[in-house]
Parts: sequence; structure tokens; C-alpha cells
Amino acid sequence: MGRNNISSFFKRNTVAYLFLLPWLIGFLVFTLYPMLYSLYLGFTDYDFTKPGSTAFIGFGNYIKMFGSAFGIQDFKAITGEAMRVDPYYLKSVSVTFFYVFVSVPLKLVFALFVALLMSQKLRFIPFYRAVYYIPTLLGGSVAIAVLWRKLFEKNGLINDILGYMGFTDLPGWITNPKYALSTLVLLTVWQFGSSMIIFLAALKQIPPDYYEATSIDGANKVKQFFAITLPFISPIILFNLIMQMISAFQTFTQAYIIGGGKGGVMNSTLFYSLYLYIQGWTYHEMGYASAMAWVLLLIIGIFTVVIFKTSGKWVSYGSGE
Amino acid sequence: MSLLKSKTNSSILKILTHIFIIVLGVAMIYPIIWMVSSSFKPNNMIFSDTGLIPKSVTLTNYVSGWKGYAGVTFGRFFENSLVMCLVAIAANLASCSMAAYAFGRLKFSGKKFWFGIMMITLMLPAQVTLVPRYILFNMFGWVGTYLPIIIPKFLATDAFFVFLLVQFIRGLPKDLDEAAIIDGCGETGIYFRIILPLAIPALITTALFTFLWTWDDFFNQLLYLTKPETYTVSRALRTFVGDSGSVSNWGGALAMATLSMIPCFVLFFSLQKYFVQGIATSGIKG
Repeated sequence: MGRNNISSFFKRNTVAYLFLLPWLIGFLVFTLYPMLYSLYLGFTDYDFTKPGSTAFIGFGNYIKMFGSAFGIQDFKAITGEAMRVDPYYLKSVSVTFFYVFVSVPLKLVFALFVALLMSQKLRFIPFYRAVYYIPTLLGGSVAIAVLWRKLFEKNGLINDILGYMGFTDLPGWITNPKYALSTLVLLTVWQFGSSMIIFLAALKQIPPDYYEATSIDGANKVKQFFAITLPFISPIILFNLIMQMISAFQTFTQAYIIGGGKGGVMNSTLFYSLYLYIQGWTYHEMGYASAMAWVLLLIIGIFTVVIFKTSGKWVSYGSGE
Repeated sequence: MSLLKSKTNSSILKILTHIFIIVLGVAMIYPIIWMVSSSFKPNNMIFSDTGLIPKSVTLTNYVSGWKGYAGVTFGRFFENSLVMCLVAIAANLASCSMAAYAFGRLKFSGKKFWFGIMMITLMLPAQVTLVPRYILFNMFGWVGTYLPIIIPKFLATDAFFVFLLVQFIRGLPKDLDEAAIIDGCGETGIYFRIILPLAIPALITTALFTFLWTWDDFFNQLLYLTKPETYTVSRALRTFVGDSGSVSNWGGALAMATLSMIPCFVLFFSLQKYFVQGIATSGIKG
């Protein structure tokens, strides 16, 4: 390497790193450092209001989370500090798992169904597509969460409509612990728009001759769908599945508003993120909240890896990609 | 004969599909239409009058809702939201396009490594940085201000937009760069004179989604905006819901909820193609 080359190598790197600098600082200060710090805090009893008395309690926070599964109630941390197992943590895990396992598949199936409708050669499709996207555009807002409360009340719009259809003895959906979580599932399935648009773009990339080849063989539409459409868009299904799963695990706003800042009736909508917020900011148990955050990271990480590892069985990457 | 028959069959099928799409679409947005219509109904009729067209129209909900919270009106909340969103847009455009230019166009050592890191942060749940960020911002004395929401955006922490812009910049033709180099442009000149102008569609997408997500974001505003004078629309709407989850002024809540949606709605319908492009490119090419 000549002298000129070396100096141009340094110059090139300097310029590039100057462009990268804001991101790099952001990553170090607002992502990497907080991640490591919260990992550490998870092993302490850090209380935001009295940071001076923070003690290292080993796996205390983790026993607090999972102890009830092993029949533990009271225990001592390594400092000798008396601790009690959290009776609500596993409830928040089961609420969130139910929500993720039910809402994500429903949302994807519905998004794909609508995308198939929209992929036909019809007039007004851009307009229809826009209308179907409206729930996604607005659905994550506080406004819609407030509206949802109203719609699913005992004397709300949903019961009125069901009443017209002849149903009687209708419950207050949000105040009934049996149904409250399902109304939130419905709320997120309703926001299928982004997945729909991604599916739609994928459907448009299927070469028409793929279909022509099979229609000569007399394959019907349903067969075509399973033999050609699904395999072709399977990488996109994988992408949507992972992105939707990650965001479903983190649901907060809707649960917070509908539960009035708490976990709803009998903690039926005590979502993981909501409970983490309550622990950290209502009870000031920020060490515990940090440990909860790391468990969430692990849960999401494990699910992502498992989905990727098993995707080889159902995702086909065409020869062209 | 059979050709003619299949033609009429297919046009009947088309009409049926149209009807199906329209019926399903109306059902989809019915709750929102109902909300807008109910915001014009007298408070006592929101419960009894379930039709879409109000039996009597009133603006009292807008008047009572506008009064806001703790003596601060919704005028202030809208102003706060708007200013916060505009600064967030400027911050994201500058910082994310710089990072994206480095990742998408420049050659440097460690590029693969940092790009991989950036992709990982894309999937990282926000909760895992939450507590330390709060402690940090509290130490800086920023809790109660907009800085915890805004400053990270100046440092390209919204990895989604970096990714979106990288995808776009990678697709831009490179021969223009070469022409610019011959004209004596350096990397910085190429960024300002070639990449930014050509990336305008992707920058518009970035601006739009930044606006929407900042406008609708609730969690950070709940965490960091502690004084009513600093409340944003999204944070202020929460004040209609009591701690037990009950709402006393439904009319006001629905009226302000309706108003809060107008900016998103207008932007969406006027710049629709950028939405579709943004969602599709960042999704597909991933």
C-alpha cells in the first residue's frame, strides 16, 4: 500500500464515520449503555426514590418472578433481605402469551385474505386499499383506545348491534374478565393494514406465467393458492410473522387506556409491558422492572430464533432470490 | 357461446367482489364514523341514539372537550404536539439520512459489523433500555421536558428509518456519483447534491411516519411529560379516562379524539403513495 493509498484510506474512513457519528453516539448512549446498565440493575433492588440504598441481590428479582411456579412464597436474597414472590407476574406472562398467540395468526390470516381481495384487477382498488388502511393509521392512538372502551361497554355500540340481531343477555365486554382480553385482540387484528400492504406488494411480484402454467392443467383457484401463491409469498409471511410478534409482545397503550392505567378487571388485561411500567413507575421497583425487561428480551429472542429455525420447513426461497 | 357466458359470469363475479369489499370496508371503519357522528350528539344521547346520523347536532362536546385539563386548553396541547412532531421530523431526516448515506453508499472498515448492529436494534424491544434511559434523563434534569423524546431522534435511534433510507439509497444509480466526483465533489458534496435530492420520496416517507408515530405515541409522553402545560394531544386524551377506567365526559372525549385524528387523516390521504411505498419497500426488501 502506497502512502497515497493509506492517506485516502484514512480520509475515506474519517468521512464515513463522521456521517455515521450521530447514529453511533445514539447507539452507544441510548441503546448499548442502557442495555448493559439494565442488565446490571436487574440484579439489584434499585429504587428510583432512594438510589443510595441500592443493594446487589443476585437472582432475587428472577426468583420473585418465577418463584410461584416452584411453590416458593417468601425467600431471602443473598443480602439477607426478605423478599416475596410476585403473585401477578406469571399472570402478566399468560395474558401476553394468549394475546400474542391468538392475535398475530388472526391478524396475518385476515391481512392475507384482504390482500388477495385487493390484488384483483378491479377499479377503485387504490381507494379501497386506503379505506382498509384507516384502522391501522389511527388504531394505535389513545383516541381509538378511548373509543374502544365506549364501543364494548355494556350499553355500547357493539351490544346495540348484537341486540338488533336478536342477541340478549349481553355482557359488558371490557368489564367482564372473561372477554376483556378478547376485545384487545380484536383491536389489534383490526389494525391489519401494514401486513396487508406488504402482502399485496408480494402478491404483485408473482409472475403471471406461474399461474398460466397451472390453469392449463385445470388447477382450481384454491389449489393454485396453496400450490403457487403461498409458497411464493412464504418469506413475506415469515417477515410479517416476526415483526408482528415482536410488536405484540410490547403492547402497551391500548391496555393502559382500557384498563385505566391498571391491569383491568381481575388483571385480565395485565399486559407484560403494562406491568413492567406499573412495577417501575408506580411502585418504583426499577431493579425488578429491569429484570422483567431482560426476560422479555429473552422471550422475544427465543421466539424469533425458533421461528427462524423452523422456517426452513415452510418457507421456500425461489431460485431467483 | 361459452366465451360470452364466461364473460358475463366474470363481470357478475366482479360486481359481487366490489359489493363484498365495500360491505367489509364499511364494517371496518364503522366505529370511526360512529365516533365522528357521536361527537356531535348531545352528551345524554351518545348512549341512547346509536344511529349514524345524530337526531340533534350540537357543538357543546367540542366546547367542553376543548377546555382541556387543569386549566390548559386543547389549543395548547395541539400546539405542543405539532411543535414536537416538527422537531422530531427535522431530527430524524438529518440523522437517519446521514447514517443511511454511510451504510448505503460509503466504503469504510467495520461497515458490515455496524450495519448488523443496526439491524439488531431494529428488533430490540424498547423496554430493555427503558429504566436506564429514564435514570439518565432524570440525571440530566430532562424529565418534564420534550428533550427525552426529541434528543434521541437527533441521534438516529429510530433504526427503522435508517433501514428504510439505506434500502432506497442502495437502489439509486451510481453513475451520478462518478460524474460528481469528476466535477470535484467530495463525499459530503455527493450527499447534499445528489443523494438527498434523489432520496426525496424516501425522505417524505420518513417524515410522514415520524409525524404519525410521534403524534400517536403515548408511552414516552406518559413517562416524560409530567406538567399539564407540556401535555401533548395524546397525553391529554388520557385525562378523560379516570383511574378506575371510567369516563365522565364521553362527549368531550369523543370530540377531542375526533380532532386528534384529523392531522393524520389529512396527511394520509394527501400523501398516500408514500405510505404504500414506505411500507412495501422496507418490508419486501428486508
